[in-house]
Amino acid sequence: MSLAIDIRHLRFRYGGGPWVLDIPELTLERGARAFLFGPSGSGKTTLLGVLAGVLEANEGEVTVLGENLTSLSGAQRDAFRAEHIGYVFQMFNLIPYLSVLDNIALPVRMHAGRRARLDGAGVKESATVLAGHLHIDDLLSKPVTELSVGQQQRVAACRALIGAPELIVADEPTSSLDFDRREDFLELLFQECERAGATLVFVSHDRALEGMFSRTISLPDVNKAVL
Amino acid sequence: MLVLDLALKSLRNRAFSTSLTVGSIALSVALLIGVENVRVGMRESFSNTISQTDLIVGTKGGTIQLLLYSVFGMGAPTENVSWEAYQQWAEHPAVAWTIPYSLGDSHRGFRVIGTNADFYRHYRYRGGQEVALAEGQASEGLYDVTLGADVAEELNYALGDEIAVTHGIGEVGFLVHDHMPFTVVGVLARTFTPVDRALYVTLEGMEAIHLEEGAPPASDDGHAHDDEAEAAPADDGHAHDDDAEAEAAPADDDHAHDDEAEAADDDGHAHDEEAEAAAADHDHAHGDEAVAASADDGHAHDDEAEVAADDHGHAHGAADLSIEDVEVTQITSFFVGTTDRRDVIQLQREINDYEDEPMMAVIPGVALNEMWRSLGYAETGLRLVTVFVVLVGLLGMLVSLYTSLKERRREMAILRAVGAGPSRIVALLVLESVCLAAAGALAGLALVYVLLSAGQSLVEAQVGLFIPIRPPGSVELLFMGAVVTAGFLMGFVPALKAYRTALHDGLTVRV
Repeated sequence: MSLAIDIRHLRFRYGGGPWVLDIPELTLERGARAFLFGPSGSGKTTLLGVLAGVLEANEGEVTVLGENLTSLSGAQRDAFRAEHIGYVFQMFNLIPYLSVLDNIALPVRMHAGRRARLDGAGVKESATVLAGHLHIDDLLSKPVTELSVGQQQRVAACRALIGAPELIVADEPTSSLDFDRREDFLELLFQECERAGATLVFVSHDRALEGMFSRTISLPDVNKAVL
Repeated sequence: MLVLDLALKSLRNRAFSTSLTVGSIALSVALLIGVENVRVGMRESFSNTISQTDLIVGTKGGTIQLLLYSVFGMGAPTENVSWEAYQQWAEHPAVAWTIPYSLGDSHRGFRVIGTNADFYRHYRYRGGQEVALAEGQASEGLYDVTLGADVAEELNYALGDEIAVTHGIGEVGFLVHDHMPFTVVGVLARTFTPVDRALYVTLEGMEAIHLEEGAPPASDDGHAHDDEAEAAPADDGHAHDDDAEAEAAPADDDHAHDDEAEAADDDGHAHDEEAEAAAADHDHAHGDEAVAASADDGHAHDDEAEVAADDHGHAHGAADLSIEDVEVTQITSFFVGTTDRRDVIQLQREINDYEDEPMMAVIPGVALNEMWRSLGYAETGLRLVTVFVVLVGLLGMLVSLYTSLKERRREMAILRAVGAGPSRIVALLVLESVCLAAAGALAGLALVYVLLSAGQSLVEAQVGLFIPIRPPGSVELLFMGAVVTAGFLMGFVPALKAYRTALHDGLTVRV
């Protein structure tokens, strides 16, 4: 139970295509801030999909937060993701027709288990507190189309963090930001993960950020499918 | 509910394409419901052309033919009903009232109908509405005519105008008698039934028109006597000719003897004239004979009627007939109201089995239904077309949703990432489709009411079709339910596409 991620003999491919992932073993302890790097095409995003339970492993076992995803049905994995995982995309994180607040509140409204993790606080209150931490509380009622890219990424971080999920997965969330803002963003993200006691898996092809993390995983080293 | 909230906000976000889609569905639904309304209006105005009449009776022939000429003013009967037979049925214990109808003449393309006060008293249309007079009074005198609303309006007639009536049914009758003008005494209120397109005279007035043309010879009674009075002193010689003819006819014995006695002095004169006079006087002789003759004579006379017509017409045109001088001998058809509706079938059977004359009784509702069914092909065709229009409207929605999916893959991936299962993606898209269809159906229904309330009186005035405005009934609800259901089913096409894309894409958008 001390492991956030425990992967054994994972093999994955899209349809009947070539193997994209072939990972004999990969573990990550809880509370870690992991930096997962690799060149494009090394299967980073695919691995995140498997960890989030969106993609189903063809072979092996994937245990996330003590839950063996390979034994769960699709719907169960969806529910697990909704309750326990926060996800940040590289860009275009937000649903354009929802306000900033509605975007942040989305996971909580999607799943009752996630809502229960608010500890009795209201959705709006929780969102406002988080937004305050990320310095975007003045944007809550704005339409997302009026935000800058940096602001959008912070909103996405808020959404991933609301309801304090145990695992935050971020797929190159800083690649569209300039260097100073990257560090700012990362500082805030670390802060919030620490506050919630969450494990962070941060994917990037940019090794300049590596030093800020407690653990570095080089995907080409663990993924045998990549030659 | 999150998915509904998402669906509505997503649709609002694409306001332009949403309103176009809703608009096209609304138009098609409005067409569907509108056509249905018009159809119902047509059917109602059709079957309400006549109401509370239990039987329509005429000579034997086609059911629809009887309905056409007695109710819709189209076509003509092959035979008439004798006044005696009519009287007999009118006094039948099961009969509460009757309306006699005598057709066969026209005035500038409009039917002239001979009837009596029973028409104004008993005729009902559209759920028991009475025929009312807009101005003036009902025809009572021999030369009175009451106009239907359309007739008065289209021909621009007012009370007191004198009009001539044509024998025959077409736009231009073959005889026009300016000698015997009818006077407009009343105008009927508009009924939006064929009643509006006819002129109403008395039964006697109708007979008088026929007299003018010498068509029904049996009625020559009074005139024959007048002729005799005028002709007798100057025409001794003719009397002799008459005699020669009359000898063959046993019925005329007494008369012939009288003539013979008077004619004795003037033999020579009589012979001179014989050649010339024979043709014309022949008719007179026959006319006289008819006084004593039975109904059979009528047929014998028809042959000569045309020859006789001129003579007679002129003789009588000058004389002012009064209504008492005219005897009604036949009518075209009559309407029957029974004292007890349960007797209708029995009465109908009795009339159909009547042996003295070939007669037929039809139940208006049954005949109208039969007639409407025979027009049903057009109805079905129209409905089919509107159903296809609705399908096209829904297909437009399908296309719009389907093409929007490409730009929404990102949105689907986000929803997946925050925990939405593929089933929620399907639900979202199906719900959007249902919302579009439902909004379109509601807007279409609203559009129908807007158009109806704006155009009802116009349609009524222009086409004479009254389309009732009612709260949406089961048919409207059925249509709308069908549209929403179709929207629901069609929603699965983009939804399943999105489902597969979402499964395949996972959390990235693969293009």
